[in-house]
Amino acid sequence: MELLSYILEQTINGLQLGAVYALIALGYTMVYGVLRLINFAHGDIFMFGAFTAYYLLSKWDLPIALVFPLTMAVTAFLGFLIEKLAYKPLRTAPKISLLITAVGVSLFLEYFLSLEPLFTPNYIGFPRPFAVIHYNLPLFTVTNIQLLILLVTAVSLFWLYLLIYHTKYGRAMRALSHDQEAASLMGVPVDGIISLTFIVGAALAGLGGILYAFAYPQINVFMGIMPGIKSFIAAVLGGIGIIHGAVLGGLIIGLSEVFVSAFLSSTLRDGVIFFILFLVLILKPRGLFGKRIDKV
Amino acid sequence: MKSILFVGVIAVALMFLFPMAQAKEIVKVGLIAPLTGDVKTFGESSKNAFLMAIEAYSKTGKYQITPLIADDRNDATEGANAALKLITQDKVFGIIGPLTSKVAIPVSEIAEKNKIPMVTGTATSPKVTVHNLKRKPYVFRACFIDPFQGSVAANFAGKNLKAKTAAVLYDVSNDYSKGLAEVFKATFEKGQGRIVGYDSYQKDDVDFSALITKINLKKPEVIFIPDYYNKVALIARQIREKGLKGVLLGGDGWDSPELVKIGGEAIIGNYFTNHYSPERKDGIAEAFIEKYKSKHGRVPDSLAALTYDATMIILGSLDKAGTAQPEEVLKVLTALKNFKGVTGTITFDQNGDAVKSAVILKVEKEGPKYMATVNP
Repeated sequence: MELLSYILEQTINGLQLGAVYALIALGYTMVYGVLRLINFAHGDIFMFGAFTAYYLLSKWDLPIALVFPLTMAVTAFLGFLIEKLAYKPLRTAPKISLLITAVGVSLFLEYFLSLEPLFTPNYIGFPRPFAVIHYNLPLFTVTNIQLLILLVTAVSLFWLYLLIYHTKYGRAMRALSHDQEAASLMGVPVDGIISLTFIVGAALAGLGGILYAFAYPQINVFMGIMPGIKSFIAAVLGGIGIIHGAVLGGLIIGLSEVFVSAFLSSTLRDGVIFFILFLVLILKPRGLFGKRIDKV
Repeated sequence: MKSILFVGVIAVALMFLFPMAQAKEIVKVGLIAPLTGDVKTFGESSKNAFLMAIEAYSKTGKYQITPLIADDRNDATEGANAALKLITQDKVFGIIGPLTSKVAIPVSEIAEKNKIPMVTGTATSPKVTVHNLKRKPYVFRACFIDPFQGSVAANFAGKNLKAKTAAVLYDVSNDYSKGLAEVFKATFEKGQGRIVGYDSYQKDDVDFSALITKINLKKPEVIFIPDYYNKVALIARQIREKGLKGVLLGGDGWDSPELVKIGGEAIIGNYFTNHYSPERKDGIAEAFIEKYKSKHGRVPDSLAALTYDATMIILGSLDKAGTAQPEEVLKVLTALKNFKGVTGTITFDQNGDAVKSAVILKVEKEGPKYMATVNP
């Protein structure tokens, strides 16, 4: 009985972490789907989201209901800007140039924003706008933060699903990921749809940033690196370019992190995660849900 | 134009007032400290104290000191680069710092190789002054070392808090944190206590929920967290949010005004071992604390006090040596005995470490409160 409630509690811990990874992984996977680009700056957009929320909450004292949409709008704009300034001029260049540019954008964001008048390189306490409440259920306890994270993630996934599978923008996105040239011949506005993909992905990363800062209330300019890498692994694990693959990958990474720490040793944690990645890539090189080359 | 004239007049006036200023030989001394990053209050405190020490020295000292301050961001590579620049380009005669062991260890190797004396105020890992049982003759410190500090914490947990069970959470990538954790575990077990959890995390981790849920099963009476204040505050909050009740205990890495600011209620009422208490009743200490308060608007923490002592030690040795030749300064440093500092009397042992007592402080909203002194 005690073991069961322990496992359940650790599962909640894992889901909390995995949900945030899933939100970030979606951005990686969507951008890869349409552009075949691994957007390394994605983890930094996540960081930007956490900082935007910090400024809105602590400097402007905005209510939490406004912080969510405003933060997402700001990171969406940042994603749009990055694509227009850094990636669009390289649309016809070799893929490797695009990849290296992505690394450059990531480093630029980190080190430029760590300058003293901007975000500074310091660790900043994040003002959580509400107190933590415990709900003691028969077998385990959950906190309001965990519920919030799971709920917000579920809602945004549902919304994303509607966007991609039930709107013409979603159809255009899927068409682009199949064949960019053919899609453009069929009248799909390629540039517009690529921008849209970046906007949606960056908004989700911003959302992830807020939730992450709520759960772990300390932010700094390099906070996006590790979650970025973990989410990238999640996206690859699920099959990069595949929406539900990214979500499942995120949850798998989050749960395995927690369970390795809970039952083995926390020092082994990252080792085990990368081992899982190796295993999946050896057995299924396109990830868990990957089917054929160059198809979503 | 007017202001330029004004500055010129002042400069001329100063030249007449202090004719000696021109005659003094100029020497450079460097401070390596984390002015930004995860432990930036350490850097700020020590920078303030470093400049105060130089100002105090300048009143009577034989040399005119040019202070150079380098930021290491609490990063070993940054620290090593800063040390190389200070030594090879700026030609300092000595280095104060770095403050944290993880930076001080690589920097001590550089100081050693370039034969430049280095005095750190606060780096407590034994590896700073000793490598593979071999003493690094150019490296000194004004503080005690972790085997002592860890045993003080463990004895406090066992004897004063009467704890039977304890858990340890430490940063596996940090020599300081790891060293303290090991000593605490060994000492606590020797005193008939039981270690019910011994878990580590990585430097960049922010999610401790799995570890805390795991520890919570064992309900330890004491949780030892030997890390720097930022991480400690974050862990403390998550510990209390998970409903874990045990007393939190830590080392000198907790000493920062930010600890309470970030940790809030979760950290108040817990204890840590430290080098000195600002409530210290002693002529030198009180004078320093008063001066620091009036200058910087807050009570100096141990980072400030120890950096002040370290700077005074190296400048005093410079005066006594009568030359800025590093080898001559080193001779005086090695022979140093009974230096009266803010944090107590300092005499270096055969490893260049100061033998000093430790204090135990309680975290309070207004600042740390003195609980007890433990002699080595």
